[in-house]
Amino acid sequence: MDAGLLAQYLMNGLMLGMMYALVALGFTLFFGVLDVIKFSHGDVLTVGAFTALATYLGLRTAGIGSSWLVLLAMLVVAVVAIAVLGMAIARTLVLPLRSAPALNTLLVTLMLGTVLREAVRLFYPEGANPKPFPALLPQDSVNFGNFNLRLDNVIMLAAGALVIVGLQLLLKRTKLGLAIRAVAQDEETARTMGVNFTAVVLITFAIGSGLAAFAGIMNGLYYNEINFGTGLLLGVVGFSAAIIGGLGSIYGAILGGFLFAALQTIGAVALPFASAYKDVFAFAVVIALMAWRPTGLIQEKISERV
Amino acid sequence: MMKNTRINGVLFAILCLAPATADAKDKVKVGFIGPLTGGVSVNGLGGRNSADLAVRLRNADAKTTYEYELVVLDDECKPNVAVQQATKMAADKEIIAGATHYCSATAIATVDIYHKFGFPVVVWGAVLPDITYRNKYAEVHRVNGTMINQNNSNAELVARLGYKTFAVIHDTTDYGKGHNQYFSEAITKQGGKIVGTFGVTADQQDFTAELTQIKSLNPQVIYFGGLTPIGVRIRAQMDKLGINAVFDGTSGIVSDAFIQGLGPLAEGVLAFREGAPTEKLPGGKFFMENYNAQKYDNPPEAYGAFAYAAMDLIIDTIEKVGPDRKRVVDAMANVKDRDSIVGKITFDDHGQNAVPVITKYVIQDGKFVEWDDSDYASGKRKLPGQK
Repeated sequence: MDAGLLAQYLMNGLMLGMMYALVALGFTLFFGVLDVIKFSHGDVLTVGAFTALATYLGLRTAGIGSSWLVLLAMLVVAVVAIAVLGMAIARTLVLPLRSAPALNTLLVTLMLGTVLREAVRLFYPEGANPKPFPALLPQDSVNFGNFNLRLDNVIMLAAGALVIVGLQLLLKRTKLGLAIRAVAQDEETARTMGVNFTAVVLITFAIGSGLAAFAGIMNGLYYNEINFGTGLLLGVVGFSAAIIGGLGSIYGAILGGFLFAALQTIGAVALPFASAYKDVFAFAVVIALMAWRPTGLIQEKISERV
Repeated sequence: MMKNTRINGVLFAILCLAPATADAKDKVKVGFIGPLTGGVSVNGLGGRNSADLAVRLRNADAKTTYEYELVVLDDECKPNVAVQQATKMAADKEIIAGATHYCSATAIATVDIYHKFGFPVVVWGAVLPDITYRNKYAEVHRVNGTMINQNNSNAELVARLGYKTFAVIHDTTDYGKGHNQYFSEAITKQGGKIVGTFGVTADQQDFTAELTQIKSLNPQVIYFGGLTPIGVRIRAQMDKLGINAVFDGTSGIVSDAFIQGLGPLAEGVLAFREGAPTEKLPGGKFFMENYNAQKYDNPPEAYGAFAYAAMDLIIDTIEKVGPDRKRVVDAMANVKDRDSIVGKITFDDHGQNAVPVITKYVIQDGKFVEWDDSDYASGKRKLPGQK
């Protein structure tokens, strides 16, 4: 295999990994503060991508020509709208079920995911069909042999990395971050120290859902196509990535996301069977990893949850 | 279900108003199964509307002996769901016969059920040969052709255009596997070489790994055996990776959704389908006029005319022999040179209609254009690498 081809696989894997990591971060944040698994996360991403697409169509009809301006507006509208949606989900479905068994939250959000997915299909105009997503980033590319380096991919990777670094800084360097970490570590102590528990939970859900909207837009820009089922597999993969990384750990989610993308790429490329089995391969490795490290590759420091 | 009730309501109103039908005709139930939700639902809804049209036109006709009621079920294009729905329909003794399935994977999964229950069906859209040819079930018929015909025609065209190397991507359902098999056979016979074959799952999002591999194999043509949703993704991602090969599709992508999903990228995509285009069918004009008059939400799509023909044939047969499954099955065995909107219908001993016509399409300016009428055939435009 020549170097160009290898570089191309690496680039494909990195793009995929970045999207998985962004989704996995959401799962890890929610689990961190509330110990809940929110299975509608992937479908929230779909709603985000469709919100961005609707914004795009609206702005184009309004006659705004600049791609950068349109993209910025799409990002702002989608991220804010989905952050609000995330808060609403937390307020109405997740928080009221706090004292119920964790299984209930899992089930409720699983059903909510179906509702969101079907709502997009039914209420977005011709939502059952695949929708073209505009290519708003510069389309320049350079060829190195078999490697087609695209500027838009580089921009997306950089933007994704910035978002992750930003999240990290927010959690580690700000008062809000401190509050989130305090709630994650020990809810009751945090409360007695004057942390507004409900507000912290809502903000965390807003951040996690905003990340999903960002990933949704990235998904659209990368594939130039979205459909109502976009988030379904992304949700499952993101969840698995968060689990193998170590649920509740930020670095774990990132590691898990890229690891899963690498497994899929290896499954499609390097193994001697049909590429249709790449997901079988990737998930099988995940199962093996979980058997080996039940709490994930990067374990939480507090073993209380084990 | 809401829609169904509404349709029934309309039918009821028509029946109450029509004086000729006032002397209460016996009610006869007929069935329709297709994918009404999910990625290929446009095709299912188009087929449902077309079957509904056949029932409505018949009920509006004062000369009919029975009053027909259409029972609609959704197979979601998933074999496991289809098995449940088929059982539900076949087990309901009041339903005499059904026009069933767009997706090959669902049609092949259900033939045994129809046989077991003695429930006569006419397949209206699925193209896998095995549906009629694997068994010799008297209950199973099909008005549209099989994928063997379309792949022969496909291979012949691309070979004539001077293409020698092919990569195959197919979904791993029976439908995609069938296309892979019959295209590979046909193109090898034409002297073409297959440089790589890739089976993918039917709901896969990311094809960059497969396409990167294909890029290094450098084929002139990428043949795709699968349905619209992943077809759109593969074509879009080909462009992302800078692959400049011809995208050669099957009947599975003949749908307006394919063009809408891709925009300008759809230009120059090839596709093939059994039967003439709807507007060129013997009854195409009649069908489209009546279809449009009903103001359905969706167009009939590529197989709507076949769904209409299937339902019309079912009703014709019931009119002739009465609402009895066994007698319908017997009568269907003798369908020969029967006029329909899709041309003459003749069932062979496997219940398969012999439809020799295959339409070759190329997408030109956002439309499926018949190959022979296209700028590509006349030489005004050229596909990548076209001789």
